[in-house]
Amino acid sequence: METVKTEQFQERQIELAGWPVRLTSYRVGNQYVVQADNVSPGACLARFSAPTLEEAESQAISKARHLLGKTQRHAVA
Amino acid sequence: MAAQYAHPEVLVETDWLAGKLSDPSLRIVEVDVDTAAYNLGHIPGAVTWNWTTQLADTVRRDILPREQLESLLSQSGVKPETTIILYGDSNNWFAAWAFWQLKIYGHKDVRLLNGGRKKWIAEGRDLTQEVPSYPATQYKAKEPDLSLRAFLPHVQDAVGKGAAQLVDVRSPQEFSGEILAPPGLPETCQRGGHIPGARNIPWGKVCNEDGTFKSIDDLKALYGAEGINGSKPVIAYCRIGERSSHTWFALKYLLGFDNTVNYDGSWTEWGNLVGAPVERGAAKAAGAR
Repeated sequence: METVKTEQFQERQIELAGWPVRLTSYRVGNQYVVQADNVSPGACLARFSAPTLEEAESQAISKARHLLGKTQRHAVA
Repeated sequence: MAAQYAHPEVLVETDWLAGKLSDPSLRIVEVDVDTAAYNLGHIPGAVTWNWTTQLADTVRRDILPREQLESLLSQSGVKPETTIILYGDSNNWFAAWAFWQLKIYGHKDVRLLNGGRKKWIAEGRDLTQEVPSYPATQYKAKEPDLSLRAFLPHVQDAVGKGAAQLVDVRSPQEFSGEILAPPGLPETCQRGGHIPGARNIPWGKVCNEDGTFKSIDDLKALYGAEGINGSKPVIAYCRIGERSSHTWFALKYLLGFDNTVNYDGSWTEWGNLVGAPVERGAAKAAGAR
């Protein structure tokens, strides 16, 4: 069975559209994988793989920002 | 010596699993929130179950029907004596959902990989894109044990008669009613807020940064601070019942609060009911009700 090890795992938190977002990235083979989740609960909003970390991250951030921008805040009396 | 979980046998560590990848008595199953994550690479030998299509009745709103569970396990080469090791992304969120359903249908030996997919990857362990195939079995499930599951009347009793403690495991913003669904996800209920009397203990608080479960002492402190100590039955709920299956796992198997059930109807049932009482606003301090 052909296997590959993951490398360069890292996480960092940013804010998009007013919401905290966790970016998780790692390299597997010759691809970088970047996932954006909404921290709480941690649902995956976007995940992209690309030959460079920057490209994968840019796409993940773009899609996550788009989805988070649709979230409505309601008044709580 | 550190205190032990009530049922430590339901957790396995990454080191242990790495040495057991060829063990035919195990079946490793990946269940992710991100249902395509498996295709990027998975633990060698693992199969995957899709929570949206394979761990729910796809017609009516319900858990997996018995015959479909039997089919899924048979296709995965699982026998009643197989040890099923579940793991997934996001702190084993949906792996716990699968665990709950397997216990409802009486599979004896089910375990979670402590730390899940995240810890396995963070440790730089092997992944593969090869999809394994196992000889099909003729799995026969037991009658569903619905004592692990709360239905609406049970929850109404908890509200009306104080028959159980309610633990809302959603985020504080969902609990208060500020948002109707987790950020970035579609709204699926008519009203925001929480079930009256519920305590808000977000599900992810039971995990460490590396995705592993916190120590039993930390878990006791977390829930004890909200008056949840196992002295009364507990009903865990969230939006659709999967985050709360994770909390159900922690309460029942790690803390040993045997009388804990998962209300999978959760907020998308309660928050859509006509005339149901709803509370709004941030959580109050325990004992301040």
